[in-house]
Amino acid sequence: MEIYTLAREFADSWALLALVLVFLGVVIWAFRPGSRGVHQNAAGIPFRHDDRPAADSGPSQEALK
Amino acid sequence: MWDYLKLAVLAVIAVLAAIAANYAHDLAYMVNALTVMLAAAITFIWVLRNTGNDQPALDPHPERSYNDGVVRAGVIATTLWGIVGFLVGVTIAFQLAFPELNFSEFAQGYMNFGKLRPLHTSAVIFAFGGNALIATSFYVVQRTSAARLWGGNLAWFVFWGFQLVIVLAASGYILGATQSKEYAEPEWLTDWWLTVVWVAYLAVFLGTIVKRKEPHIYVANWFYLSFIVTIAMLHVVNNLSIPVSMFGSKSVQVFSGVQDAMTQWWYGHNAVGFFLTAGFLGMMYYFVPKQAGRPVYSYKLSIIHFWALIFLYIWAGPHHLHYTALPEWASTLGMVFSIVLWMPSWGGMINGLMTLSGAWDKLRTDPIIRMMVVSVGFYGMSTFEGPMMSIKAVNSLSHYTDWTIGHVHSGALGWNGMITFGALYFLVPKLWHRERLYSLKLVSWHFWLATIGIVLYAASMWVTGIMEGLMWREVDSQGFLVNAFADTVAAKHPMYVVRGLGGLLYLTGGLIMAYNLWATVAKQPAVASSNSAVPAE
Repeated sequence: MEIYTLAREFADSWALLALVLVFLGVVIWAFRPGSRGVHQNAAGIPFRHDDRPAADSGPSQEALK
Repeated sequence: MWDYLKLAVLAVIAVLAAIAANYAHDLAYMVNALTVMLAAAITFIWVLRNTGNDQPALDPHPERSYNDGVVRAGVIATTLWGIVGFLVGVTIAFQLAFPELNFSEFAQGYMNFGKLRPLHTSAVIFAFGGNALIATSFYVVQRTSAARLWGGNLAWFVFWGFQLVIVLAASGYILGATQSKEYAEPEWLTDWWLTVVWVAYLAVFLGTIVKRKEPHIYVANWFYLSFIVTIAMLHVVNNLSIPVSMFGSKSVQVFSGVQDAMTQWWYGHNAVGFFLTAGFLGMMYYFVPKQAGRPVYSYKLSIIHFWALIFLYIWAGPHHLHYTALPEWASTLGMVFSIVLWMPSWGGMINGLMTLSGAWDKLRTDPIIRMMVVSVGFYGMSTFEGPMMSIKAVNSLSHYTDWTIGHVHSGALGWNGMITFGALYFLVPKLWHRERLYSLKLVSWHFWLATIGIVLYAASMWVTGIMEGLMWREVDSQGFLVNAFADTVAAKHPMYVVRGLGGLLYLTGGLIMAYNLWATVAKQPAVASSNSAVPAE
C-alpha cells in the first residue's frame, strides 16, 4: 500500500513532468533550424540499396551526399 | 561441432516432449506435446541431413546480398494464414446468423462459435498480421539499413518458431486450452515458447539495425522496433501465470479481480496500438512511398507521429472497462488519452495520404496505390471512431454491442488487411524477380470486393449495434425494461446475414489475391536479376 502511494505520487508528478519534457524536446528537435537537409536525406532512404547491401567500407556514398 | 550440439538439443526436446505427452493430464496438452515432438523430430532430421556437408557455400559473399528467402516464406505464410483466418471468420459470422451451423450433433461442440471465435481472431491478428509484420519488417529493415539480416539462420528460427506458436495455439483452442484472456488466449506452454521466439526476433531486428550502413534509422524501423519491444513487454506481463502442473495446460493468473482486468486491457488495447497500429505504420512508411515513387510527405511529421503515438497509446487501455469495478480516475484517464490520440493518428494519416500529393493520377492507373490509400483512409476513420466510442457517454450505448465488432473490423479489414494486401502485391514481383504482377485487373477485382465487403460489414454492425444498445436501455412508463435479451438477438438476424455476406466478399477477394500472387510466380518467366537497375533519384 505504501509503495503504491509512493509510486502513484511519483508517477503523477516528476515522471509526468519528465515525460512531457522529453516529448516537447522531441518536437523542438524535429523542428530545429537547419534540419531540413537531414530529414530530406532520411526520407530518401527507401529509394537506395533496393537490390543489395551497401559495400563493406564505411557509410554508403549516397548517404554522405 | 555446432551441428552436433543442435542435434543433441533437438533430440532432448523430442524425448522430453514424448515423455510429457505420455504424462499429459488433458487432451490439449497431449496434442501440443506431440506437435512439439514432431516439430523437433523434423528439425532433427533436417539438421542431420545437412550435417557434414561442408561444400563451399553457393554464395561466397552472403554479406553482399539480402536474406530474402525468409521474407518469401513469410509472404507465402501470410497469404495462406490470411485465407484460413478469413474463412473461419465467415464461418462464425454465419454461425451467429444460423446457429444450426454449429453442427453440435456432428462435431460434439468442437466446432462451436465459442471455440472457433478465438481461432478466427488469433488466425487473422497473429497468423496473418504477425507473419505480415515479421516478413515486411525483415524486408524493410534490410533495405533501409543497407545491410543483410543479422544472425544468419536465426531469422529462419523466428519464422518456423512463430508458425509453431500458431499451430500450438490453434490446436489448443479447439481442444480446450485457453486462459480466457481476449487476444491472449494461449496457455502457458505456448506463451513461453512465443517469448523465446520473440526474443530471437528482437535480436535479429536490432542486430540488423546495429550493423546498418545508413547513418540514420529510417522511421519505419522505429515503428517496427517499438512494436517488437512493446509486444514483448505486454506479452510477458499479461501472461504472468503459474502452471497447475508441468503436464497440464491449465495455469492460474498471478493477478486477480480488477487488477487482472486492467492488466488484460492494458495488454489488449496495446495489442491494437502496437501490433495492429505501430507495426503496420512501419509498413505504411515504407510501402506507400515506394509504390508512389516519392518520399514521405513530411519526415518531421513522421517523427512527431511516432513519439506522440508511443507516449499516448499505452494509457488508453482503461476505456475497455468503463462502468466496471475499475476506479473512476483510471477510466477517465483512459478516455482522455484515447481522445488525445486523435491528433497523432490523424497526423499519421495525413502524412500517408499527402505522400501522394503531386501523384494523385496514380489512383486512376494503379490499383495497388488505391488499396494503400483506402487502407490509410480506413486508418483515419477507425482512429476517429475509436476515441469517440471511448467517451463514457457514447460507450454506455456502444459497449457490449456489435458496434464494437464493426469498429474493430473497419480497422482490421480496412487498415491492416488492405495495407498488407498492398505490401504483398508490391513484394511478390520483387522477391521472385518477376517483371510485374500477373494481372492488375484481378487486383482491381480484389480491391472492389474487399472494399464493398468492408462497407457491408461496418454498416450492418453500426445498425445492429446501435439498435441493440437502444433496445437494451429502453424502459416503459413504469420503469420496466421493454426488451428481453432474446428479442435483440431476433432483431439482429438480417444484419448478421448482411455481415456474413460482407465477409464472404472479403474472403473471395483474398482468394483472388492468392491466385494472382501464385500466377505471378508460376505463370511468368523470371527476369534477369535486377541488380543492374539504376538507382531511383
